[in-house]
Amino acid sequence: MSLLRESSKSQTDAIPSGIGPWRQAWRRLRQKKIAMTMLSIIVLLYTVGVLAKPISTHSYSQTDLFHTQEGPSRDHILGTDRLGRDIFTRVVWGVQTTVILTIITVGTGGIVLGVTLGMVAGYFGGKTDAVIMRLGEVVAAFPGILLVILIAATLRPRIVEWTRGFEDWSNFPDWSPFGGLVESGFVDYFVVAIALLPFAWFGMMRLVRGQVLAIRNADYIEAARAVGVSTPRLLFSHILPNITGTIIVTASAGMGAIAGSELILSFLGIGVQPPRPSLGFMISDVSGRGTAVVSVIQNHPEQLLAPIAVIWLLIFSWSLLGDALNDVFNPRTR
Amino acid sequence: MLTYIVRRLLWAPVLLLTVAAIVFALGHYGPGDPVQIQLGQHFTEERADRIRESRGLNDPVYEQFGRYVWNALRWDFGESNQFQNRGVAELLGPKLKVSAQLFLAASLITIGLGVPLGFYTALKQGSWQDPTIVSGSLVLDAMPVFLTAPYLIIVFALKLDWVQVSGWDGFFSTQIILPALVIGLPGVAIFTRIMRSSTLDILGQDYIRTARAKGLPEAIVNYRHVARIALIPILTLIGFSLSGLLGGAFIVELIFGVPGVGRFALDALFARDFPVIMAISLIGAASLVIANLIVDILYSVVDPRIRYQ
Repeated sequence: MSLLRESSKSQTDAIPSGIGPWRQAWRRLRQKKIAMTMLSIIVLLYTVGVLAKPISTHSYSQTDLFHTQEGPSRDHILGTDRLGRDIFTRVVWGVQTTVILTIITVGTGGIVLGVTLGMVAGYFGGKTDAVIMRLGEVVAAFPGILLVILIAATLRPRIVEWTRGFEDWSNFPDWSPFGGLVESGFVDYFVVAIALLPFAWFGMMRLVRGQVLAIRNADYIEAARAVGVSTPRLLFSHILPNITGTIIVTASAGMGAIAGSELILSFLGIGVQPPRPSLGFMISDVSGRGTAVVSVIQNHPEQLLAPIAVIWLLIFSWSLLGDALNDVFNPRTR
Repeated sequence: MLTYIVRRLLWAPVLLLTVAAIVFALGHYGPGDPVQIQLGQHFTEERADRIRESRGLNDPVYEQFGRYVWNALRWDFGESNQFQNRGVAELLGPKLKVSAQLFLAASLITIGLGVPLGFYTALKQGSWQDPTIVSGSLVLDAMPVFLTAPYLIIVFALKLDWVQVSGWDGFFSTQIILPALVIGLPGVAIFTRIMRSSTLDILGQDYIRTARAKGLPEAIVNYRHVARIALIPILTLIGFSLSGLLGGAFIVELIFGVPGVGRFALDALFARDFPVIMAISLIGAASLVIANLIVDILYSVVDPRIRYQ
């Protein structure tokens, strides 16, 4: 760690010496007003998502056919949709879906899979590297969202079937953590996460691999190897701390991308299934799968604008925050 | 360089075959029994067996896969589940043509706007135009199509009445303008950004200083010495980033009522018409692999600095 501190100290003379790289990064980030605004928006939205239950004012699936398509009122802050469901509540729960899926996908696909495979590929090189890279090329051969759609569409029935099988076999009561899995929406999250996984790991893997290749032959790595540090320890406590910056930047860029993909999946009807709300399904539901979008915008704009504004704010914030983090962690690239 | 090209040419078929294997495996094992889906409520063991036998579904998997690939190479993707007795290829053909045209128009907008903007912002680095254009393109990038599409329709079709609201009338019609804009504009940001950083990179090179020092006019330095070289990284970007526009294209086709692949794919998703979904994935992946292959080969020809081991 001391080597890292030395090198970053010499890069930035403006920062007082003697503080760790993390605090340095935090100080640099705090000087950026836009980044801090974006960070607050993200923290706010993620808190809303986590606390969806206490924050929401109604039940997300409760319909009220006497009060449909109403504008904002005291009882319904953002009005009601064509079935009389409270839009504010549905947006809040939709945010929760986005929060869960972005965290699961970036956490497992990007951070665990992507970083591990990237480090392994970069450090060992040779055949291991070739296999991992070729695997990545196969994934990257599918244009954008197509592979995600293909996986979500084809695997959903199977995964539902397996989960039902598991439920029947295990016979857990409904109140236990493993009971009522199909009803709890677990399957939806699982399917979407699996579908987004191949999407999530490749970019991270390539970047981490490049970074590891660059520092693999550094003197301090060689020194550590010479004194007999084991390979896992070398990877995780000597190389990993040096590439955390890259990982954070890539992960934050990935969050926005995953949120966008989830939106499209749910919009197309193969993401999170109703009655569980998701922003993508709300947009699709309100706009008649896109065909009635103009008349909705003209007649009941708040129904469409509420979910769109939230998801747009989230994606935009992640993108700007990612940019700022890039400046913070890789000051020399600018 | 020649060995590199040969290696790429040899790798591409392997890659395509792997892609086909994934598509086939997902379609084959994923959704369960295709015959059951096709028959739905008319399902009886006897009927199912007859269909299985006639379609060769009782053969070993590798034989079925071989047949699938062989047929796909001859542009035959089997029968659609939702339209009885109609081939996927026959249904897909006209939609592909429409989508390809729309996609081409969108790409022209993305590249035609992104590259000049990136170049311009790099030349204007430090002035107010630079951050304005860069952040403006980022806003467009994050803008969801659900928002840009209806407002563009309201302004340009309903209020100003410059273009038709929706529908499709070929590449050289006014109807293509709005959907192409909605698909193409979000991609502008990445082209602007890459072109900007690549131009800045070149501007700092010694040979540019030399060119200026020997008294070349600024325009010639900028266009002949800077722009031409700065364009090289754009080449690699084309394959990857244009494929990223696809998600938007799916939705835009729905909103504008364009009879393209997007709408067809969505209908297929709801009808659980897996042969169609498989065919679309396969065609999409194959065209991307081939596009990237061409780009890579061009790249190694255009930029001799690149040494492949």
